[in-house]
Amino acid sequence: MEQPNSNKKIILGHGSGGKLSAELIESLFLPAFRNEFLSPLGDQAVVNINGIRIAFTTDSYVVNPIFFPGGSIGDVAVNGTVNDLAVGGARPLYISAGLILEEGMPVDELERIVSDMKRACEYAGVQLVTGDTKVVEKGKGDKIFINTSGIGVVDADVDISPQRVRPGDKIIVNGPIGEHGIAIMSIREGLEFETEIQSDTAPLNHLVRDMLNVSKNIRWMRDPTRGGLSSSCNELAKSAQKGIILHESMIPVPEAVKAACEILGLDPLYVANEGKLLAVVPAEETDAILEAMHKNPQGKDARIIGEVVDDHHGFVLLKTTIGGSRVVDMLAGEQLPRIC
Amino acid sequence: MCLGIPGKITETFDENGLKMGKVDFGGVVKTVCLEYIPECKIGDYTVVHVGFGISKLNEEEAMETLSYLRQIGALGEELGGEDVE
Amino acid sequence: MKYIDEYRDADLIKKQAEKIRSITTKKWAIMEVCGGQTHTIVKTGIDQLLPEQITLIHGPGCPVCVTPLEMIDKALEIASRPDVIFTSFGDMLRVPGSHKNLFSVKADGGNIRIVYSPLDAVKLAQKNPDKKVVFFAVGFETTAPANAMAVWQAKQLGLNNFSMLVSHVLVPPAMEAVLDSPFNSVQGFIAAGHVCAVMGYEEYEPMAQKYKVPMVVTGFEPLDLLQGIYMLIKQLEEGRYEIENQYSRAVTREGNIPARETINKVFEIGDRSWRGIGVIPKSGYRLKDEFAAHDAEIVFSEISDIQSKESEICISGLVLQGVKKPHECAAFGKECTPMTPLGATMVSSEGACAAYYNYGRYRQGTL
Repeated sequence: MEQPNSNKKIILGHGSGGKLSAELIESLFLPAFRNEFLSPLGDQAVVNINGIRIAFTTDSYVVNPIFFPGGSIGDVAVNGTVNDLAVGGARPLYISAGLILEEGMPVDELERIVSDMKRACEYAGVQLVTGDTKVVEKGKGDKIFINTSGIGVVDADVDISPQRVRPGDKIIVNGPIGEHGIAIMSIREGLEFETEIQSDTAPLNHLVRDMLNVSKNIRWMRDPTRGGLSSSCNELAKSAQKGIILHESMIPVPEAVKAACEILGLDPLYVANEGKLLAVVPAEETDAILEAMHKNPQGKDARIIGEVVDDHHGFVLLKTTIGGSRVVDMLAGEQLPRIC
Repeated sequence: MCLGIPGKITETFDENGLKMGKVDFGGVVKTVCLEYIPECKIGDYTVVHVGFGISKLNEEEAMETLSYLRQIGALGEELGGEDVE
Repeated sequence: MKYIDEYRDADLIKKQAEKIRSITTKKWAIMEVCGGQTHTIVKTGIDQLLPEQITLIHGPGCPVCVTPLEMIDKALEIASRPDVIFTSFGDMLRVPGSHKNLFSVKADGGNIRIVYSPLDAVKLAQKNPDKKVVFFAVGFETTAPANAMAVWQAKQLGLNNFSMLVSHVLVPPAMEAVLDSPFNSVQGFIAAGHVCAVMGYEEYEPMAQKYKVPMVVTGFEPLDLLQGIYMLIKQLEEGRYEIENQYSRAVTREGNIPARETINKVFEIGDRSWRGIGVIPKSGYRLKDEFAAHDAEIVFSEISDIQSKESEICISGLVLQGVKKPHECAAFGKECTPMTPLGATMVSSEGACAAYYNYGRYRQGTL
């Protein structure tokens, strides 16, 4: 009997965080491992051990180039995992790091990355407690791949889940979008350009703690990494089975990100971020939450960008600056620069 | 067709026998081939497509177009134009 | 961004739309030729601001969409070779051939790189003398000067490992094909601004006279399109059929002379097959004989007899000619989506079908 996947190959789009990634998860991983902790497909899983809710997450970092304006793969590896825990409402505590090094990688580059990881851990307030190192032959790895896993504790009074989302809730972002993806593109061979845009890689756990101190009614949070704002909003709309409206004029995009997107023909809504979070909050608590966010370095530009509605369930609608509207679909695969 | 973006020329130099330049697009700078716009100098705006300046942006014409459009806008208001909403 | 943001002013846009409304007394069907213009219209929703009497037909101005299937299959064959670095603009990567696309060739080990400019492909050839670097030169006249310069430079530098797979198409023959079609309902054209920045608009004057059809050379920002539409409707209402230039900040009547000269040094006009339409005589560029060493179809001459097979349910030809709208296709949104495209109008984000899908038009009826 022919297996349906026998002729298919993995393509880059399967790792882009868009529809192809989702399909791979639905068709291959979920059926194999389905259980109550995996099925919600959150950025982290929350398990209960002796009455304590432990959040557990893992992520792999394969970014190329490994050094880019604003940081390195080391920063992203630590912050990314810290953020996956934080947006689930957990206090990140301990992380692990598994390094896969390519034969021939310069040791001083490894030193820089390790130093970045150390600094990132200190700033986030987490400890790296276990690790592993493997070396693969030259040509079999891209200088360095890093997998980090992390655990944290979800306090008893915190309940973050898409089921809590209600029509009328507001959607907040903590700052301008598109910086990380553009910083990476700016040095990719064949696309190089000069810009002052730096990756926004940063840990968000301190910001989340400040938000939770002010409100226990935050419904849902996510860090819009690969696939950008659009992918996260689409995930929200589908998992909460509600409609989302975003207002183009309210979405903060730095001028240089806009310019780079214009030149390459990209849409900022789909560009990756590494220091941003989206939060769904009750309308009446929005002001208090924003005030708390503005006092935190990672939240000084926080603002409302949209709302949840009881309409077009599962879809995200963008109201354009000229008064039109369009559906913001999930990215199909990679977002490609275009000339047309 | 299609993606042509206006940018300001900030530098010119030669590369591989071709006249090249740095063009600033709202804070993003890219290297662009200027062979087809010999009349352009530093400070001029050009429309860039796939790394080539394909035309010099005529700033006077741009201002005229905009001012004409703004006039229509103002006229619309003065005459109590219909609400488009 | 200067000279972009001003043309996106929401207030001016609304007022311009109102101006159009105030002069429209009859029904008019107009076509915007260029895919980039379709993209702006669908992305910003300015067609929602136009009076009902105006029907916008999306034209065949998508060079990715009209690249013949045989050419895509040839590209995939070349890209699969171990000694080849295949370079292309991003737009082409997802276009499906008869069996696969460039992504799947990459997955099989093909060395495929996206470039922003054809000169980047030439640089690659300099850096990799042991590889054959092939550039997929797809585009309208707008891209021809850049592609011409790349070949010219490669010849000057003696880069025998650089070649181009040329699939250039010309806009005026496509417009004439639309006008000559028995199904044609187009009464006026929003002409492609950047094509005219290169070629000028002298060549459209005889066409306007012959078919008694007005044309307005138009830019790509929402305000440009609305002003262009206004000028076109005014001509139609007044019974004129002239060439007017809305995009005067970037376009002159004679176009870019140095660019046209280089195009003529490197390319000559020949017949071209347009996907979904068929062969249109004298509608494309091919490399002149003296550049044969850089013509990928000659360098890789063994790939010349590739058989290609189109999908039977795909109606992209009818969509490209403006005869049908994307959502009128039975496969639209079902078997045919941007992830599983049956024809090029769904693959390229400029294609009418993809633009409609991505901007959710088919859903908004059901939302």
